[in-house]
Amino acid sequence: MIYFKGVKKEYPQGSVALEEVTISINAGEFVSVVGHSGAGKTTLVKLIIAEEEPTEGTVMFESLDVNRLSGRDLTRLRRRIGTVFQDFKLLPNKTAFENISFAMEAAGKSDEEIAADVPHVLDLVNLLELKDHFPGQLSGGEKQRLAIARAIINQPEIIVADEPTGNLDPISTYEIVQILKKINELGTTIILTTHNRGVVDSIGKRVITLEKGRVVRDDKDGRYMI
Amino acid sequence: MAMVNFKRTFRTGFLNFSRNSLVSLSSVLVMTITLCVLGGVLLFQHVLETTLVNVENKVDVTVYVVPGTDETSILTLKDKVADVPEVASVDYVSENQALADFRARHADDQTTLQALDELDQNPIGAMLNIKAKDISQYESIAKFFDNTGTLGTGSQSIIDHVDYSKNKADIEAIQNILSNGRRLGLVMTLILMLISIIVTFNTMRLAIYFAREEISVMRLVGASRSHVQGPFIVEGALYGFVATLLTLVLFLPITFWFGSHMTDFFGGVNLFRYYLGNILSFAGILLVFGTGLGALSSVLASRKYLKV
Repeated sequence: MIYFKGVKKEYPQGSVALEEVTISINAGEFVSVVGHSGAGKTTLVKLIIAEEEPTEGTVMFESLDVNRLSGRDLTRLRRRIGTVFQDFKLLPNKTAFENISFAMEAAGKSDEEIAADVPHVLDLVNLLELKDHFPGQLSGGEKQRLAIARAIINQPEIIVADEPTGNLDPISTYEIVQILKKINELGTTIILTTHNRGVVDSIGKRVITLEKGRVVRDDKDGRYMI
Repeated sequence: MAMVNFKRTFRTGFLNFSRNSLVSLSSVLVMTITLCVLGGVLLFQHVLETTLVNVENKVDVTVYVVPGTDETSILTLKDKVADVPEVASVDYVSENQALADFRARHADDQTTLQALDELDQNPIGAMLNIKAKDISQYESIAKFFDNTGTLGTGSQSIIDHVDYSKNKADIEAIQNILSNGRRLGLVMTLILMLISIIVTFNTMRLAIYFAREEISVMRLVGASRSHVQGPFIVEGALYGFVATLLTLVLFLPITFWFGSHMTDFFGGVNLFRYYLGNILSFAGILLVFGTGLGALSSVLASRKYLKV
């Protein structure tokens, strides 16, 4: 589903974030990408959603080279990917309901579909009662659950979660991991970047380890080993 | 779907406008200043143009007819002059009217009036007051009389003299003042407008700079450029709309004060009356300019952040 072929990413200041990365991620997998800070985890995510371009190599989504897509095709591709960020990246001037409905509007969904689906997904992440709250009025865990709700609302084929538990307390972390596992059980591919040993070990699925931008380990039933 | 998107764009634009109250307030205030400058420029142009037209209207060429010439000949001459392409109008002042005008002008000068009474006949001939279509055309009109010296019934010319050469220097000076005045007005207008546009554009750029993170998030969750940009355009246009209303209201007391205190200074132009009489045109111009500038600034300012 996702293929990295000989990917190198070098930033203008000369720092190399990724080097010779060649991996493939199949549909339905739950892949944890682990590594210390600066190992290249976030860059990997940015390359998948084409927020960054690789310096060398290609990043493919199925048969599409994500960096050779037109603006319109890239927009369509991003609707097939749900993205969750460590810093939530919610829209501050929109309520919880509106943050989710925005993603549906962007995907061209009707008002009826929005009215039916948004309460359902808010209920799924246990935020229905807070639907009229703005992100500033939510706790960290609530914000991240809202970000996950936004990411899954359009039933994407893949969820890319970049350190979603990085800013959360253990209970919120547990809740987020449980939600991601549930989504994966329903068939959605999950790519989770984290440096939280407990999270990775509790998932017990494939683990890709990055070190200084290189893939140093790729274990099918992995544990956090650095 | 297009209609649904259109409605959503407007709804979001209005919501953003009301929720970003501080940014909206500052943008509306800057836009109001811009529109006040535009309104001021429009009023200044009117005062300037009225003043210049008044000056222009005071310029004419007077043809003095030999006293005693019969009226038919003068009217024939008048018709011929009226046919000259450069001539805008010809006013005939009969001998009697000219005398009456002279007496009225010298009503306080008893010596002159007594001297006039002593005469057996009217010493003042009839006149033709000629106005040109353009101030630069007086010279060619004057030349017309130089070339047609036998405009009388016989070989004798009925024209006593034409006052052009005497006034030539004054007319040329006025012509210079008029063209320089108009040019200065245009240059001032352009400079003020340019400054206002730059200030407004930078304010909008700042407003959108605050939303740059939001724009990139929207793009990353799969929103198209138009879906992201649309509400910002509506918001920019709303700034212009509200600023237009504020400007129109602000101009009421301002022009009222100018109308009460500065009418003589502006050569008889009452700005308040002019403003009230033309308020719909003002509203139209300010609205088109304000909403257009707001929307266009939003388009230009947001373009940079859409490249995600």
